[in-house]
Amino acid sequence: MTSVTEARRPAPGAPGPSRPRRRAVDHGPWFLVLPALIPILVLSVGPLLHGILLAFTDAQSGRTEPTRWIGTLNFQDLLQDTLFWESFRIGLVWAVGVTVPQFLLALGLALLLNQDLRLRWAARALAIVPWAMPEVVVGIMWRITYNPDAGILNETLRDLGFGGDRDWLSGLATALPAVIVVGVWAGMPQTTVALLAGLQNTPRELHEAAAVDGAGAWRRFRTVTWPALRPVAVAITALNLIWNFNSFALVYVLTNGGPGGRTRLPMLFAYEEAFRYGQFGYAAAMGCVMVAVISVLLAVFLVGRLRGGEER
Amino acid sequence: MRTRPAARAGQYTALLAYLVFLAFPFVWLASTAFKPATELAGLHPTWIPQDPTLANFRQAFDEQPLLRAALNSLLTASASALVAVAVATPTAYVMARRRGALARAATGWVVVSQAFPFVLLIIPLFLVLKNLRLIDSLPGLVLVYVVWSLPFALWMLTGYVRAVPAELEEAAAVDGAGRLRTLVSVTVPLLAPGIAATALFAFVTAWNEFFFALVLLKTPEHQTLPVLLTRFIGAEGVADLGPLAAAAFLATLPSLLVFALIQRRITGSLLAGAVKG
Repeated sequence: MTSVTEARRPAPGAPGPSRPRRRAVDHGPWFLVLPALIPILVLSVGPLLHGILLAFTDAQSGRTEPTRWIGTLNFQDLLQDTLFWESFRIGLVWAVGVTVPQFLLALGLALLLNQDLRLRWAARALAIVPWAMPEVVVGIMWRITYNPDAGILNETLRDLGFGGDRDWLSGLATALPAVIVVGVWAGMPQTTVALLAGLQNTPRELHEAAAVDGAGAWRRFRTVTWPALRPVAVAITALNLIWNFNSFALVYVLTNGGPGGRTRLPMLFAYEEAFRYGQFGYAAAMGCVMVAVISVLLAVFLVGRLRGGEER
Repeated sequence: MRTRPAARAGQYTALLAYLVFLAFPFVWLASTAFKPATELAGLHPTWIPQDPTLANFRQAFDEQPLLRAALNSLLTASASALVAVAVATPTAYVMARRRGALARAATGWVVVSQAFPFVLLIIPLFLVLKNLRLIDSLPGLVLVYVVWSLPFALWMLTGYVRAVPAELEEAAAVDGAGRLRTLVSVTVPLLAPGIAATALFAFVTAWNEFFFALVLLKTPEHQTLPVLLTRFIGAEGVADLGPLAAAAFLATLPSLLVFALIQRRITGSLLAGAVKG
């Protein structure tokens, strides 16, 4: 046996002399991937490709005649569909409106949890709770909180003398902000945990050295913490943006897209199109547009972030 | 490093504000669940039920097939967790040990699959499952959940496998253990806590899942808990707050319990993933 380091080096391309005994230990046999690979191919990759193809057909639910290729007709219709674009706009407002406060609040909480505070264990445990809850329950819980008569929110506002007769989830102006607050609440744990993990990876000695040199808290954060945290922050924000844009259950339970479509996220729109009206092809086209736009947004975001990193 | 008392006080205030923000909806849910109907109809709701009762729970069980739905959820979630882990562990092992093109492709897919909206996935799945006559059946749902939880299961397990030093396996091989023997008596025991954590995480994901269940399950006997809970709300919006809160409260308990068990491990694996990924 030669050294361990050599054994663990990845062997891309270059075949080299085969050493069967070493291989047997270091790499698993390739067929072990089959049990996971086959379901992924059949039930994930396959359906996705199928879904993209469906966007170019007139597939409908429960129709007896065979579906036909209709080229880009679905996409042309979609271009004219003002309701869809309105829903798309709401989706973007929601995604950004949730992701940004989510990040800022989670960063604050992560910084606090990284300190030597008492009660830290309680806060850590509690910070995870929204993550563990079923999304449907989160929705129900906030519905009960927002309830105009029996909800605690209006009662608290009444106690504080702010009136408090609002029907938060049914008001045209308040529905979207109210729903966004719930989105922020529900998504904070993952972000906090990820950022906390990143924080614990920042070099402590550097922090202390900066403090000795007289750098204030803000300066230390800018020059020591943030550069180390940056990759994690970018990754989790990108993921949050995707997850939020594609979210469904929360808003379905809270408002079901109402009032008057003010909170109808693109996923809700596509769901109704597919499973209420049975327009499979058209809904698939919506899905494709959603993927395309979110990819472009992410590309812009990631390129911008990465370039910003180089300049510094 | 010393922090000035004023700054400390500020930190505690902020922490307290976070705790209130995070906790109050849940406290309110619990409070509503234990309030009698008369109190719920009252004009000035209070934080703590003045006359706590279990009537809401009784009513929830009487009026809706709650037990049935809980059983469906339990079966689906356990089955998908077990299958997902059984399927993902060997693959994760290979992905961690052999960093060839296949492993890279698999990792890439784990990331890419996050970006697709479910709607693009669910329509073809719906058609496939319909052909297999697995629509509106729990096995069909389990199949979907397995695939759906695979990316994260692979991600977690790969991290755990990397934490098992390859040197240990080599040592076993030097001692004359065969490939299978090495895996079974060296790797798997060291991996067991990680496998358990992954299975529990997959369980919670499936227990909480709503969208696929909503689309795939039609008959009331097959509904899982989240789907049933939305039926509580009814078409007009708010039905009976008390039973709704009681049922929602009960549906959360298993997830919270499991999460309390694996919290540390999840945080740890995210740490590994975030730093190395």
